[in-house]
Amino acid sequence: MAYPPPAEGKKPDAAIRFPAGAVAKFQISDLDFYYGPKKVLMDISLAIPEKTITALIGPSGCGKSTFLRTLNRMSETVRHTRMEGQILLDGTDIKTMDLVTLRRQVGMVFQKPNPFPKTIFDNVAYGLRVNGVPRGMTLAEAVEKSLHRAALWDEVKDSLRKSAYALSGGQQQRLCIARALAVNPQVLLLDEPCSALDPIATAKIEDLLLTLKDVCTIVIVTHNMQQAARVSTVTGFFLLGRLIEFNETRILFKTPARKETEDYITGRFG
Amino acid sequence: MSLRMARRKMVNLLMFTGTGVCAVVSVLALCFILGYLLWNGGHYLSWSFLTKLPTPVGQPGGGMANAIVGSGKILLIAAVTGIPVGLLAGVYLAEFGGNTMTFMVRYAADLLNGVPSIVTGIFAYTLVVVPFHEFSAVAGGLALGIMMIPIVMRSTEDFLRAVPGTLLEGALAIGASRWRGIATVVVPAAFRGIATGILLSMARVAGETAPLLFTSFNNRYWATGWMQPTASLPVMIFTYAISPYDDWQRQAWAAGFVLLMLVLLINICARALLLRGHPTGR
Amino acid sequence: MGTVNTMAAGSRGPEAAADARSFAARLRNGDEIVHLITLVFAAGVCLIVCLLVFELYRNSSVPRHQFGWDFFVSRTWDPVFDNFGALPFIYGTVVTSALSLLLAIPLGVGGAIFLAEFAQPRLSDLLTFIVELLAAVPSVIFGLLGIFVVVPIMRTTVDPILQKFFGYLPLFSGPIYGVGFLTAGVVLAIMIVPYILSVSREVLLAVPPDQREAALSLGATRWESTWQVVVPYAKTGILGSIFLALARALGETMAVTMVIGNDPKISSSLLAPGYTIAAVIANEFTEATGKLYLQSLIELGLVLFIITVILNGLARLLILATTQRGSIRS
Repeated sequence: MAYPPPAEGKKPDAAIRFPAGAVAKFQISDLDFYYGPKKVLMDISLAIPEKTITALIGPSGCGKSTFLRTLNRMSETVRHTRMEGQILLDGTDIKTMDLVTLRRQVGMVFQKPNPFPKTIFDNVAYGLRVNGVPRGMTLAEAVEKSLHRAALWDEVKDSLRKSAYALSGGQQQRLCIARALAVNPQVLLLDEPCSALDPIATAKIEDLLLTLKDVCTIVIVTHNMQQAARVSTVTGFFLLGRLIEFNETRILFKTPARKETEDYITGRFG
Repeated sequence: MSLRMARRKMVNLLMFTGTGVCAVVSVLALCFILGYLLWNGGHYLSWSFLTKLPTPVGQPGGGMANAIVGSGKILLIAAVTGIPVGLLAGVYLAEFGGNTMTFMVRYAADLLNGVPSIVTGIFAYTLVVVPFHEFSAVAGGLALGIMMIPIVMRSTEDFLRAVPGTLLEGALAIGASRWRGIATVVVPAAFRGIATGILLSMARVAGETAPLLFTSFNNRYWATGWMQPTASLPVMIFTYAISPYDDWQRQAWAAGFVLLMLVLLINICARALLLRGHPTGR
Repeated sequence: MGTVNTMAAGSRGPEAAADARSFAARLRNGDEIVHLITLVFAAGVCLIVCLLVFELYRNSSVPRHQFGWDFFVSRTWDPVFDNFGALPFIYGTVVTSALSLLLAIPLGVGGAIFLAEFAQPRLSDLLTFIVELLAAVPSVIFGLLGIFVVVPIMRTTVDPILQKFFGYLPLFSGPIYGVGFLTAGVVLAIMIVPYILSVSREVLLAVPPDQREAALSLGATRWESTWQVVVPYAKTGILGSIFLALARALGETMAVTMVIGNDPKISSSLLAPGYTIAAVIANEFTEATGKLYLQSLIELGLVLFIITVILNGLARLLILATTQRGSIRS
């Protein structure tokens, strides 16, 4: 079934609000994105608040993952793609930023856990080795700190030299989070990080995210609305490549401004 | 930008350039070979080269007509012996094979594919030349045919397997027997792929020299039958290239030109055939 | 086995009769016949390999009995006095192959990395196409260019320069001929680069993209993600491509025969002429007089066969191990 796109000429701005009192980390304006000739993101404009968890929801294929991947220009690794519009990170256009620096500041965790075929220690140490260990710390200390932050230390402290593949799926995903945290990113992007995990592993990761939001800006893509409601402060709803609504989570879920949002969150959609 | 970052960028750029040079050098090698052969070979190529018999040393002119025809004859025998075996074995693997048998046949084909061509030549020598006491086009063709088998077999199997199973089911559902379904639906659907495999295998053996040295041997005259020593282009190139005579060396260049053009032409045709084909062929 | 069934059908119980009926029905359809025909040809492939091994073995019995294992350690190759040892040829084969790998591995793997990781897809496809054509050039053509292009360059330029700077090493001492181990190694390297390049590229492209993305998202540069993550992931497969190329180099006949100098000597200098197993078979097979001479050559062929079979087997295992790892993991 097709959904009517927002009516012509009507500014969707009414449904896209920035939480009061917050500082914007990302400022996105008029973002379009193409896979070959196909336009998959249309006219996206919003601001993502700093040190907050922002959830992006929407049916599959709505462009939310693509949007996430534009934030650290990971979208460029896919061939035949094109991005138009502007994304500012702390006021700097990310197109003018150095790719390596950008990605170091904006970390990413993927849908499927993707540890390297190395030991647990080496996985976490990888980013530190390429980017350098923070001052006043040894590599081992930095790795331990990251594993602590990812709430994985107690489970793996005796098996740091074992292959990362020996871990369970949930542990692997937390290892990937630890790996991303090790380089101290300002932003952490998560692309449906729990879709391959069982409920207990999911709960652990959600707890972890809540502890992290004081130090970094988190953007999480999820198709699980309960998850968005549980962890996020701000939520954006995507449909057919457009951002339909963006607001504080409790407002968006209780009193959505647009009918499409309401239909989706009440399950009347699809 | 920090010093560390500058260094990392530097390494990245250096490696980009370094690996790029590796790729370009490899490609230039081909362009050089082609260019050099075109220049030299094309230069010495003439009508009499294509139509006349070789002349004795010192006597100018002459050509390699017998070697061109001989190569054709040997390739014909190779095709007649190699293609049916490879094709039918490939059909067996894709459509009928049980576990053990499939494993054994595949393993045997892998072995055969890895056998150095000169060893295949020895094999054909013991099979044909020794019993008949005569070097012959048949022996040379057999050696090349054996080399074609694994290539034809693997490509046939791969392309047959790529045909969606629903096609055969469709044929069976309207009452065709299994073999009829395979012969009239599955094989035609994979035809382009199979033909590509056959062409590539022909291109591969057309330039083979080592297995012909002591099977079809060489001949300065027309070979009238199939059981006589027969000249072929690759062997002529070898013999003429290592000879001390300028005249013969020039002929070797011309022959090299003809051979390379032939091989590359078959190759490009085969690939074009595959590209133009429907996705069912892939 | 189908025919046995029909013959026995009459004497067995109703079960067998039913079996035979359905068998007969299938026979009428032609299914069994076609199955049998293809089976015969498939079995034929196995038979050819068995026959090949058997013929090589049978036809090398005389030297095996006469020389035994000494065949492999003796350095004499004397057709006049019927004394044959394989060591110079084994040495030459090993040295030329090793040299060619030394030159071809950096070129091939480097090129593969460029094509798989750095280059634009269009450029990558075009260059790969050209490289694969290079793999199709017949070896006798390489030999032809070897004689008339590579040998003169080696004689007048490369060899003298090497000798000038490294002449104190035994590797680069002695008179310069132009032909020799080094020249053969260079020509072989040009021939095997396409194999290493195209197979390695396939293997690199088969590395799951999430590995690359993980490294990039941590702030690694393209090269860092390639060298520290993608290449280690693909290393067994790359090793496989190298083994494949090695097997190819060992068995390569014509190009080597034309540029190695064909002298059965073991010399420490890479500039000196030598001989390889395949080259001696090519050169002397038709001139071999006497059973012992001919069969010694056939035994050399057997040795070559065994070496390449082992190498090919290893190569296949390695390539299989990498290309399947991704699927096991998911």
